[in-house]
Formats: sequence, C-alpha cells, structure tokens
Amino acid sequence: MEHRPLISVEGLARRFGDASQPAVFEDIWFGVDKGEFCCLIGHSGCGKTTILNVLAGLDSPSEGAVIVDNREIDGPSLDRAVIFQGHALLPWLSVMGNIAFAVSSRWPSWDRAKVQEHVRRFIDLVGLKGAENKRPAQLSGGMKQRVGIARALSIQPKMLLMDEPFSALDALTRGMLQDEVLRICADTNQTVFMITHDVDEAILLADKIVLMTNGPGAKIAEIVVNTMPRNERHRNELHKHPQYYAIRNHLVEFLVNRSRAFDQEIAGQNYDPRRVKLVKPGLAAVNPPAEVVPLRHSS
Amino acid sequence: MTAFKNSLGLRAGLLSLVIFVAIVGIWQIATLPTAATGPAMDPEYAKLVGAAAATGTKSSMPTPADIGATIWKHLADPFYIRGSNDKGIGIQLAYSLGRVLLGFGLAALVAVPLGFLIGMSPLVYRALDPFIQILKPVSPLAWMPLALYTIKDSAISSIFVIFICSVWPMLINTAFGVGSVRKEWLNVARTLEVGPFRTAFKVILPAAAPTIMTGMRISVGIAWLVIVAAEMLVGGTGIGYFVWNEWNNLSIANIVTAILLIGLVGLLLDQGLAYLAKLVTYPE
Repeated sequence: MEHRPLISVEGLARRFGDASQPAVFEDIWFGVDKGEFCCLIGHSGCGKTTILNVLAGLDSPSEGAVIVDNREIDGPSLDRAVIFQGHALLPWLSVMGNIAFAVSSRWPSWDRAKVQEHVRRFIDLVGLKGAENKRPAQLSGGMKQRVGIARALSIQPKMLLMDEPFSALDALTRGMLQDEVLRICADTNQTVFMITHDVDEAILLADKIVLMTNGPGAKIAEIVVNTMPRNERHRNELHKHPQYYAIRNHLVEFLVNRSRAFDQEIAGQNYDPRRVKLVKPGLAAVNPPAEVVPLRHSS
Repeated sequence: MTAFKNSLGLRAGLLSLVIFVAIVGIWQIATLPTAATGPAMDPEYAKLVGAAAATGTKSSMPTPADIGATIWKHLADPFYIRGSNDKGIGIQLAYSLGRVLLGFGLAALVAVPLGFLIGMSPLVYRALDPFIQILKPVSPLAWMPLALYTIKDSAISSIFVIFICSVWPMLINTAFGVGSVRKEWLNVARTLEVGPFRTAFKVILPAAAPTIMTGMRISVGIAWLVIVAAEMLVGGTGIGYFVWNEWNNLSIANIVTAILLIGLVGLLLDQGLAYLAKLVTYPE
C-alpha cells in the first residue's frame, strides 16, 4: 500500500457562490506526516485560512477531500485542535475556565478536581502559573495566545492547526512564543499545520513549507523542505546558519515574484498538482554545484 | 478648598441641593395664601375644590410643608388597612410591585427562550418578525379591553398588560444578543465537539447575557410606567388606583407623595437590574 501521511489533502477546491465562479484555490494536494511541522505560506486572499478551516472541519470544500488517519473528515473533531488567529478566548471565563471548558469537552466524565489538575499542567506548560484566575481582558496579547495554545494542547489532539497565531503580537512576544511552540512540539512530537506569512517564522518552525500561489485559482507551487535540522534552529542564531539565507531568499523570491507569475512559469512544462516539486534550497547552499566559495562574504 | 474643587461628586451634590432648595422656594412662594383678587371662579369649580380655595384665602395646591407632613404621615404608617378604599401606601405599592414582578417574570419565561429560538434560527426570525413589528408599537393599555373580556378578571388583566408590554424588549434583545454571538466563540465550541445544549448554556447564554439584561432593564422600566395607568383603569388596589382615588378626593398632597414614591420604587427596580447586569457583563 502506498504510504499515506497522517493528513492527506486530496484535490481540494473551494469556490464561493455557484460552480461558474472561479475557485479561490483548486486541485490542492499535499500531505503532512505524523510529528511533522508544516507551514503554508502565501499572500492574503489565496485561501490559506479556508484550507485550514477545511482541515478543522469548520468549512467544507467545493471539491476534493481531506483524509486524516485514513478517514475523510466531515466536521470538527477533538483530534484536531485549532489555535485561532484572534485567540478566541471566552471573555467571561478565567484562564482556568477557558481551558477547563476544553478539557471537560474532551473528557466529560472527569470530575472537577481531575479537570483542574489537568488544566494546571498545561497552564504551567505555557508559563502562565499565577494567572489562573485572571480573565482574558486582564491579559496581554501574548498571554492570551498562550492560553489559546494551552487550550489547544490540553485536549491532547492528534494535530494542531494554527492560523497565523502570532501575527497580532509584537516582535519580542512573538519570538518568545515561537521558541515555546518549538519546544513544546519537540517534547510532544506534535503534528502541526500552521499558516503564516512570516518567512522567518516558517524557517524557524517548519520542517516543510508549502508555497501557495496567488488567488483566484491558487495552487501549490512547490514544497520547500527545511533542511536545517530542528536542533540547529535557534531564533537568535538562525541568521548564522549556513543554509538560512538560501532558504530565506528562495521563499522571499517566491512571495515577491513567482507567486504572481507561477502560471507563466509552468507554461509548457509538465506541472502535476498531485506531485509538486520538493525543493531543498538549503542544501544547494552548503553543497554548491561548483567550487566551494566562502559563504556570504561578498554580501 | 482644592479638595472641593477636585471632587465632581461633591460639587454636583451641592448643585443638586441648590436646585432642590430653589424648587421648594418657588413652590412655597407660589402657594402662599393670597387675597381674592383673581378672576371670578366658576361656582361649580369652586364647589368642587372647596371653600378655602374658592374664597382665595388658601390655594388648594399644598405647600411644601403640607407635602412633607403628608409624606411623613404615610411613611409613619405605610401598611394599615381600614376598609377597601383606605389602605396604607406601602400596601398599595406592594400590590403594584407584585403585579409588575409577576407580569415581568412571566414575560421573561416566554421571551428569553423564544428570543433564543429567534436568534438561533433565521427561519423563525423571519417568520415571527412581522408579528413582532406590528404588535411591539401597540400601547399595552390597548390590550386592556381584550384582556378584560377574555380573562374576565381585572387583577389578572392588569398582570397580562404588564406581561405584554415587558415581552417585547426582552424578546428583541435576547434575539439580538443570541444572533450576534461572535462566530469565533461558536467555532471554539464546534472544534471542541460541544453539543447544542451545552453550547447554548455555556457559550451563547453567557455571551448574550449582557444584552438580555439590558432588555430586562428596559422591560421593567416600561412595566413600572404602565402599571400606574393600568391600575387607574382597573381600580381596586395598587398605587395607580391610589393616585386616581386621591384625585377623586382632591388630595393633591397624597398624589404628590405617590408620585415621589413611584419614582423612588422605579429607581430601585432599575438599579437592581443594573446591578444584576453588572454581574453578567464581561470586559472584552
């Protein structure tokens, strides 16, 4: 049997309105393996959030399907936890209450004490000890997003779906949270699908970066494999890594030019939406085809 | 001195006192006994208002002191019963309050669940909208004859009138509050596979609670306005009946006392609901 990833997106298309309308995206195929951190990058309007909503079961595609664990998804599930862009905490509940709501939804038979004990573990995990009884309005943006992360992790899902989770935060807080997400995902071997438009965030977090062209009719252009090993990715050292600039330049080049003109790029070539190219720009930098040149001394 | 200048509350309080004294002063001057120099009075009216007013030695309008004495008299013994037409003002207020709370409570029992349904279902919303739009602007008192005819009991009819006037603001506010619950909160519930009942009670109800409470506050205010008029029509008991009765007795002092007490009770009802609203309000 063919290897099937944990999440398999197969021939997805979404159009708003009737069939005569152009699709926002179409013929989208990709997979996310267990334990993999996958980022989706593309410009606004290419349907990134819609893809995530389909994965979450909150939206249904016009064509195609998403297979998770060999079953087609047909609605939301506790196995797929969502971290929302706008944190989406319930403002009348405390930090404890918000996470407990999720935990008692997952395990309805648990008594109060057991739920609270479980919640405390995840409050500790995201470093919010002492803020258990605060309401969301009393928290900073970063703390709110931590609660969102704790809520998603507390139900111990098979995968995390994140929709630009850090885009509303200041740079410093974003960096700290990225580090924590990296740590937590490594500790729990969590499978993650994340949408971002931040190139550095993608390089720091993702093992695999899916590049999406501009809509309407958006498609997957190629998949960039992050060849920098996880244990070599540190936020403050990232720019010193020999592969970093090659990967970064490749992504930026895509977003700035190729995402717009991808249809011309593939004209006449055989582009197979089911098997898009896997590219490893990082390796090209460390193993240059020609003679070895000192890295970036000229720049 | 600077403390006084800085405290808005203190200065506002002083201004209120000044206004109060001015009103009482003007009132006192306006009700001073005058010589009979005014235009000749219609003898029928003179007979009606009494000898003192007719001769002009004393206005039938009570002085502030008279009112003060009357208020004191009522407050000193608010709960006496001396026959069906002579009950303490406290008893009358209690009758009115009882009717308002009963009518309001019944209205809440109907309006909140129905409003929930309307807010959740665009179909029900559209189906019921014409009825609500037509019935909402009808004065509750217009229902009175219909209520008297069908219910055949004046006390229950006045409760029905309170019910019908309380229902609309609660219904509309509940529907609006439920309909405008943020989609992302509902999505949280959906991704957590929360069932419809748990979603209704744990997400939609707390989210809509402040709006629902605002509707209740409007309703209770209207109900308290309407009860006075309803009791004037229905008679028998209640503060509205008391006012009407005292008009027939031409006891202006009693009427003024009743007005002040109606205002005070209305204020307490409003503040009570404002306090409850504060309990369910959440900062975003």
